[in-house]
This record gives sequence, structure tokens and C-alpha cells, in this order.
Amino acid sequence: MTVHLPLAPTRAVEVSIDGRPVSVPEGATLLDACRKLGIDVPTLCHAPNLTPMNVCRVCVVEVEGARTLVPSCSRKVEAGMVVKTDSERVRLARRLVMELLASSVDLSTAPEARAFVERYGARPERFGPATPAAAAGEREGRRAGQHREPPSGGAETVAQPVKIDNELFVRDYAKCLLCYKCVEACGADAQNTFAIAVAGRGFDARIATEFDVPLPESACVFCGNCIGVCPTGALMFHSEHVLRAAGQWDETEQTKTDTVCSYCGVGCVITLHTQRGQIVKATSPHDSEVTNGHLCIKGRFGWGYVRP
Amino acid sequence: MDLRALEAPPTDVERAAIDAVLGPAPEAPSGSWLSAKARRHLLLPALHAAQGRVGFVSPGALGYICTRLEVPPAEGFGVASFYALFALAARPPAALHVCDDLACKVAGADSLIDDLTCRASPSDEHAWHRSPCLGLCEQAPAALYTRAGAPAVERAVGGLTLERALALLRTGESVTAPEPALPQLGEPGLRLLARAGRVDPTSLDDHRAHGGYRALRRALEIGPGGVLRELVESGLVGRGGALFPTGRKWEAVAKAPARPRYVVCNADESEPGTFKDRVLMEQDPFALVEAMTIAGLTVGAERGFIYLRAEYPLAAERLTHAIAQARARGLLGPTVMGREVAFEIEIRRGAGAYVCGEETALLASIEGYRGEPRSKPPFPVEVGLFGKPTVINNVETLCNVPFIVEHGAAAYRSVGTAGSPGTRLFCVSGRVERPGVYELPLGTPLGELIARAGGVKGGGAPAAVLLGGAAGSFVGRGSLDLRLSFEDTRHAGVTLGSGVVLVLDDSVPLEPLLARIAAFFRDESCGQCVPCRVGTVRQEELVTRLGKREPLGGLAGELALLRELGQVMRDASICGLGQTASSAVESAIERLGAFREGES
Repeated sequence: MTVHLPLAPTRAVEVSIDGRPVSVPEGATLLDACRKLGIDVPTLCHAPNLTPMNVCRVCVVEVEGARTLVPSCSRKVEAGMVVKTDSERVRLARRLVMELLASSVDLSTAPEARAFVERYGARPERFGPATPAAAAGEREGRRAGQHREPPSGGAETVAQPVKIDNELFVRDYAKCLLCYKCVEACGADAQNTFAIAVAGRGFDARIATEFDVPLPESACVFCGNCIGVCPTGALMFHSEHVLRAAGQWDETEQTKTDTVCSYCGVGCVITLHTQRGQIVKATSPHDSEVTNGHLCIKGRFGWGYVRP
Repeated sequence: MDLRALEAPPTDVERAAIDAVLGPAPEAPSGSWLSAKARRHLLLPALHAAQGRVGFVSPGALGYICTRLEVPPAEGFGVASFYALFALAARPPAALHVCDDLACKVAGADSLIDDLTCRASPSDEHAWHRSPCLGLCEQAPAALYTRAGAPAVERAVGGLTLERALALLRTGESVTAPEPALPQLGEPGLRLLARAGRVDPTSLDDHRAHGGYRALRRALEIGPGGVLRELVESGLVGRGGALFPTGRKWEAVAKAPARPRYVVCNADESEPGTFKDRVLMEQDPFALVEAMTIAGLTVGAERGFIYLRAEYPLAAERLTHAIAQARARGLLGPTVMGREVAFEIEIRRGAGAYVCGEETALLASIEGYRGEPRSKPPFPVEVGLFGKPTVINNVETLCNVPFIVEHGAAAYRSVGTAGSPGTRLFCVSGRVERPGVYELPLGTPLGELIARAGGVKGGGAPAAVLLGGAAGSFVGRGSLDLRLSFEDTRHAGVTLGSGVVLVLDDSVPLEPLLARIAAFFRDESCGQCVPCRVGTVRQEELVTRLGKREPLGGLAGELALLRELGQVMRDASICGLGQTASSAVESAIERLGAFREGES
């Protein structure tokens, strides 16, 4: 993520969105302008603390004169732009994008994405029933460009067994919509560890370590910042995964308590999520000036010593 | 950044092959990660070196490359696994990549592959794979033979038969590259193909004896302003399909404040059915070198890159030779033609990824990243290679430049139409008597082009023509009067694209071709954006269901779903791959009634 320091006063740029004029600083995105007007534009791969990747395409809007729709999360405002955020074309694109995602990815722990499915009236079942899940390791074995006959009678998904190779967090790539956020958080946007990257190509593209080695054999430092940015629960605290599997995860019973990490002098803000007196996970607010939402292994996972 | 390296060491031969590209490893770490980072563009060449030596990229080789270039191993793995021609697990040293794409399919590739499946059992020594279009469509069915070793062998094979394929796999016999058919050889009025087949492509003297390098001399006389003026007035537009005015592109880079600037030649010709750039590079390689040099002098760039698809080994050989010759004779290097201007050209080879023909993906690939396109703006003229202003044109576009510079815009515009000046290369393949590259004035009717190619095999009539390749569209038998100009094709709702003219007659079943096109886009999608990554999968599933006459629900609903999907891939995908992935299938449904036969 680039941190913009206020070096010089920026010029204001005026654009029209859904018939309403709005003025935003030069360099702002169309999403910034929409939000200034209070227009609720859906996003999945966008996060305020990461570089925009504009890959999910759910935030697309219509700019007058442009041949295609444009991603509002990354497109910079230009003076005089005339933008529509709720045209027929935009709604169709957002509905189809959600249908494509919901028909290929398990969104059961992604309430935000499920809300977009509802909001745009997406009917993923139009593409047919899900075809059988891949066996463990099968997707990793697929090679770029090597064709496989499509499974008949339905819609292929990224369903596959969950990867559990450490005690801190699990990787359930059946829930991965490939937003690239974890890669960014692991890399130059936060942690600078570069333990994971996107590997493979096309529908078989996936988040992977080198040669798919387990996380403990990779460069991973278990900061858990990938979990912090994952929008679908594909990356999940082991504690949450266990409780969910046992049917005991209940967010209505949980309380969130903001505190300051006690390990070192940085003073990271930590939100402790507790259920029935037990800490079940730790996060940090994205708007915290200290953390930008990111923590280290101690803040993220080192709460085992806390007893009620 | 504290990189953790892969533990497996490379073998001695792997290390030597990689060092041959990266130079010997320094005694001590360089100490500056910036200097290593600046060499990341050597990632693909180093991967090629490892693969070419032992047949695959081993963990040891990848780890060594990543350590040398200070690339995180996960990222190096992500890059290597992006490209179809890199294997990341041990495999036999020899491989035959058998094309089963459109033109080869029409020429019987499917039955050849069926026979191979029965007769060629895999062994430790060799393997064969199916391949997307290899750009040898006029010699279909075609294959690419590769054998790892020192030196590695890479050869294109045209007119493939079962016997030939088996002999290749069995004995690894030395393969000589096929020379293309040049159906217009000796015809007057050719511009781009004027020298093809008439000069020795390995001789700079022969090239110059046939008018070569006159344009560069003239460019030095009239200066960058003069070149830009002629180029703008000529009306030349990009031949890759987007039709952007070349003169305006060059002007933008010439005026850009940032330095250095770069010239990049897009020679990643991978659109199924396209082989014109291959013929230009194989038959007249100095023309491209000269054109790029003119581009460099005009826009103020001192470095040029040719991004060449890996499937063109003969073009690589001839271009490498041409660049070396030009350098030896002072036509490249610190002083070009004795003037105080410098220009150098390097070749970078792709590794099997259609999407790298998209300009921003191509630039990412040269830089050593996955070939993922990015959103535009900013355009490469502002933020291009290594983030600097970059002219990027394809081979055919660049090869138009010498004629314009030497003879002037007015002469250039003397053929073609007002809206589409000049000539165009058409890649004619499929069911015609004389497939090959044809250079004709823009505006030539489709029927005339097919007649020039000897008409339909056996004297029949064309049933359909695929214009522009897999990303283009089908037209029916009533379109023979269509004038092949940019304005006429746009008016007809089709595109010339990369110049593909794949002719079908009634003997060719259409629906398997549509299935192949849908499979192609699924296989070649980079996987970045949802509309393309998942959309191409859903499109293939729909086309498969429709082909089997097993629609879910009903035919009308499935066709409507396919249309909606096409609309959204076109509207919301990041790049041209997703934006055109539904074009051919939709056109076949609309114009040729695909999938409706046998339905009540």
C-alpha cells in the first residue's frame, strides 16, 4: 500500500455520478467519489489498507464514452466524467459476477458476498448443479494450458479439502475467490514476507507456496495478516475452524473488546473476540493508525495465556 | 525482505545452464537487493535455460534462480506455473506438442491424435501433448518438437503424419524446419512480403541489395519530426486488432517527459489461425530490426525488446542472427549508421501463454512477473515497460513503417481505402486450395481473397469463414462480398483482428470448432478477473451441453444465458481476452444457427 503524505495541496476534480455533481481531490478513485455521495458500491477485492487489484469486478460502473465498464476501486477520477452506478449494464454485470462467484466458490462464511448475491438477485443455480469436488492435491497438479474435459451436467467449482498444516490457521481454498488480498498482505502491502503468491493459470489459478510446500516449510511467519484481509473465511483461525466444525461458533454470543497488545512497545490496537468467556480470535481495526489492521504472530495468535 | 530459499540445490548442469544466462554467481551476496531486483527481467530467460537443459524446472533450479535474482520462491513458482511450456515436475526430455487447434482440426488433427493415443505409449524418453495453435496453420496439421539437452532442440513440424510423429518420438531424428508456402512469390505490388522468399533471410547484404535500410537512412535525414509527420499522415493503425493510430502512439512517447523510453515489438502472435508475423520474421527478419531501429530513433528510445512466442524457434534463430549482423555492421549499437544515436534490441521469448499477446500482460512477462494484464489507463505510452513510456506495436504494424518512411504517406495511401489505407496480411487457412499469407490492399472483398487462395478445396463453396481468429467472429456464405477494410467490417459487426481467414466448407462440422474455441479461452484465461476466469469455464460448460443436445432447462434459456454471459465478459473483463472470449461462439449462434439443428 502506498501511503500518501499531504505534500502539496491537491486540485479538486469534479465529476457527475448518477446525475449528481461531486468534487474530490485529484488522484481519488471513482469509488472514493461514490462513497462521498453516499452511494453504496459493492466491493470484494478492495480494502482500504491494500493496493487496489480490481480483479473481482463487482464494483464496476459505467463511464460515459468508455467502451467497457470500469472498476471504480482503481479508476482515477478525470474532470467531467459522467458516471452511472446503477444502470442496466452495471446491474447485469454485478449480478453475473455474483452468479459466477456463488456457482464456483463456497460463500457460506462470506456474509458480505452473500448479501451482494441477494442484492443483485443473482441465481447461481442457472449454471447447473455443482460438479464433484477435487480430491486433495488434485488442483495443485493441474498444469497451465493443459485441457481437461469439462465435467458434464453442471458447474465446476473450486471445492477441495481444507488444508490444515499448522495449529494457528487453516486454508479452506474451496472458499477462495482469488481476490489477491492475502498475497498483497503477505507481500509489499504489509508484511514483506512473500510466502505466498498466485500460481497456476485461469480457473486453476490458486494461492500457493513454492511447489505447494506446507506453510511451516515456507517463508510464512504466521503473522496472520492474510486472515485479517480474507473476505470469505477461506483463511480462518484454527480456533474458529474447530468451533464451526463442532457447530459451536455463534457470533451472536460473541463480544468484541478493543485493547492494546501487551507484548511490545509498539502499542497495536487489538480487538479480542470472545465467546462464553473464551478468546476465539484476535483482529485489529483497519482504521487503526498504529496497525492499519495488521498484527504480528504474537498479537494475532499469542493470547493462549489469557485466562478468564 | 528476508527471503527464505528453497533447500534443494541445483544439479551442476542446471547451475551451469542458469549461469550462462545470469553470469557466474558472485563470491559474496551483492549486498544490494536493488541491483538484483533490476535483473528480475532475466527470470524467464533463466527458467528457459533450466527447462531447455533438463526438460523441466526442478525445485533446485527454481531455488537457485530465485536466490540469484532475489525473487521470493513463491513468486518464482507463481511465474513458472503460469506458462504452459514450463514443466515443474520431471518429465521426459523429448516432447512433441501436437496442435489440435482450429486449422489443424480442420486438417484432421483429431484423428491423428486418436492414432497417437493408440500407438505412442509414453516412455522415459519422450512424451506428446496437445497444444493450442502453433502458428503453422498453412502447414496443418502441425507440431512443435522439443528436446532438452545441450544444445536444446526446438523445431516446428508441418504436414504432420502419424508415421512422422512416431519416427520423431522414437528416434528423435533431426528435424528441419519447414519453409512456408509463399503463394504470392514474385507478384508485383507487394510491400510487406516484397522480399519474402526472394532474399536470403540470413544475409544483410542481400537484404540491402533489395532495398533494405533505405528507410533508416531516410529516417535519419528527415529526423524524428519528419518520421512522425509521415506516420500520422499515412493513417497506419495497429494490426493487432485494436486499430490504434500508430503515429499518435509514437508521438505520445516522443513527447513523454519520463526517461528512459522503450520500444517493444509484440511478436507473441498466438491468436488461433494467425501465422503472418511468423512468416515476416522468418523470411525478412532485417525488416523488423530496421523498423524497430526507426522507432527507437524517432521516439528517443535506446533499447528495444522483441517479445517472441516460444513456439517460433526459426524466427528466434533468424532474428538473433539478424540482430547480431546489424550490430556487427553498425546498424545497431552505440552509434547507428555512424550517427550519435544508440539503439539495441534484445529478444525475449514467451513460454506458452496467449494472454501475453495483450500488451500490458506482455510487459509484465518481460519484467519477470506473471503475464497478467492490468487496467488501462494508464496506457503503455505513459507507463509501459519498467514503468516507463513505451511504444508497443506488433510485427506487421512495425513492418509497415519502412515503406512509409521511404516512400512517404501519399504513396502508402495509394492503395487501400480512404478509411483503411495500405495493405494487410491475411492468414488464409482451412478448406482452401492454397493456404498461406496473402498481402492485399485493405478493402479487397472476402470472395476475392478466397479465390486468390485457389478457392475451396475440391471446387465447392465456402460454408462459413472465421474472421479474426478465436477472438473474432464467423460470417456465413452470404458474406463473400464483404470488403475487408476496417470500416466495412466494423459496419458488418465483425473484425479483421489479426487477419485470420479460416475457410470452412460443408464437410467441416462447426460445433466441434466452437467447443475448441471455448476450451481455448478457458485454458488461456490468466485467471485474474472473475468474469473471464469463471466466465470462460461456464461458457465451455454451456457449449458442451448445447453440443450434446443436453441443455439444462431448455434451449432458449441456455442460449439466453450464454448471451448474458458474453455481454458481461465483454463489459467487465480486465482485458481483450475476456472481452472477446464469447465473440466467435455468439456469432456462430446468430449467423450460422449453431446448436439449433435437431431441436424442435
